[in-house]
Amino acid sequence: MAISSPEQELRRKTRRGFIGLGAGALGCVGIWKWLNSGTPDNKLPPALRSVLGFNERVVRNAIYSNNHLVPTYPASAIGNIKVNGRIGIDEELDLANWSLALTPFGAASPSAKISLHDIKSLPRYEQTINFKCVEGWSTVTQFAGARFSDFTAKFAPGSEHAKCVGMKTPDEEYYVSVDTPSAMHPQTLLAYEMNGAALTVPHGAPLRLVLAVKYGIKNIKQIGSIEYTDARPDDYWAEEGYDWYAGL
Amino acid sequence: MVLEEKHKLATRWFHWLNFPLLSVMIFSGALIYWSYDTYRIGLGGVTLFHFFPDWFYSLTQIDHKLAFGMALHFLFAWIFTINGIAYVLYTAVSGEWRELVPEKKSFAEALQVAMHDMGFKVPLPPQGRYNAAQRITYTAIVLMGGLSVITGLAIYKPAQLSWLTALVGGYEWARWEHFWLTMGYVGFFAIHIGQVIRAGWPNFRSMVAGYDLAKLSKNEAASGD
Repeated sequence: MAISSPEQELRRKTRRGFIGLGAGALGCVGIWKWLNSGTPDNKLPPALRSVLGFNERVVRNAIYSNNHLVPTYPASAIGNIKVNGRIGIDEELDLANWSLALTPFGAASPSAKISLHDIKSLPRYEQTINFKCVEGWSTVTQFAGARFSDFTAKFAPGSEHAKCVGMKTPDEEYYVSVDTPSAMHPQTLLAYEMNGAALTVPHGAPLRLVLAVKYGIKNIKQIGSIEYTDARPDDYWAEEGYDWYAGL
Repeated sequence: MVLEEKHKLATRWFHWLNFPLLSVMIFSGALIYWSYDTYRIGLGGVTLFHFFPDWFYSLTQIDHKLAFGMALHFLFAWIFTINGIAYVLYTAVSGEWRELVPEKKSFAEALQVAMHDMGFKVPLPPQGRYNAAQRITYTAIVLMGGLSVITGLAIYKPAQLSWLTALVGGYEWARWEHFWLTMGYVGFFAIHIGQVIRAGWPNFRSMVAGYDLAKLSKNEAASGD
């Protein structure tokens, strides 16, 4: 075998290196194409949808705890939260005759009507949290209402064993579903007051969900119905390509 | 002439993997940033530059892709982080960190290197594999990568990892830091490409092939035939 000169050896290594780099570049293009291929799963490529599912499992198994509280702020930190979504908000809703249709775990249809008076009979909690929108903005806001865990214990005992909670606006135009552990978090409120006053209609009167451990998209306003179920109920923004879990 | 190994195979792998990974992170980050594009360079009411102007969005078409951007970001964050941790472990175990981290004299020498590179008649101080400016920059870029992961996690899980979010100054600050670290990568990239072009083909080739030709040193020549 002929002994190659350093120059020949370098040419050989260079050829090999650039072939490798080219193959790598082609590999990147291939991975990108594969990532964007397939029938979209709720407007997201299936590969990316499954990554969101993987991330959810990691978070729920490894770091989520109902002992992890979001920071709270003094009243002086309260900002002016904007009305970011009006889907499902009925400006003409008859607040005086409003009631909540409740479907406990295992029931096929609503079995109870809960009034605002019923909800106000539960212990009132007040919390000033940094409300976070999936868009990136956040506003320190004070909410007051009943804990969702208290609500469940009082009006749907046993329903905490369901895997999911689904909620809809009265007109069913907006709907969310959340995992039960997040719903049972001590900072998850059914709120009827905001920034020291009764909730206004654009912000979700008469009753809205405040899920401090999730993005605003899950914090449904003007709730019309609540159901507890193992099957995952529909979720408005998950259908639009967003992460179903949307946990913070 | 003899073959001289310039960059280990592992170093080259980490480097070339990081290029598409960081590119996708910056791209998907831009898709996310669009939906709340608040940062600017300015003072008080005077804005010199807004990140980003409308022409930038119409040129790049990164608008209205928040959901896709988030999913992409939260996939590639894993790979970017794993590649970065593997690189740091590799340099630690192989001892290559000694050629990379700045020395005491590096900070004064880096100024000489910068002056020289900008065309001033300043002699270059003697150097090992990397010059003083490279030592500082390449170490800083790795540290910045770590900070991007930390501030990213602080934004991603501000409830479950609220201690981490507090550590970096809170949610809003974490987002600000995350943004400017990214601008730092963009600046680094521009200078890096400029320097690679200046350094010439053999230098670029050595990052791909790993080797370059070198003259025999006096000792080696004397002991040779």
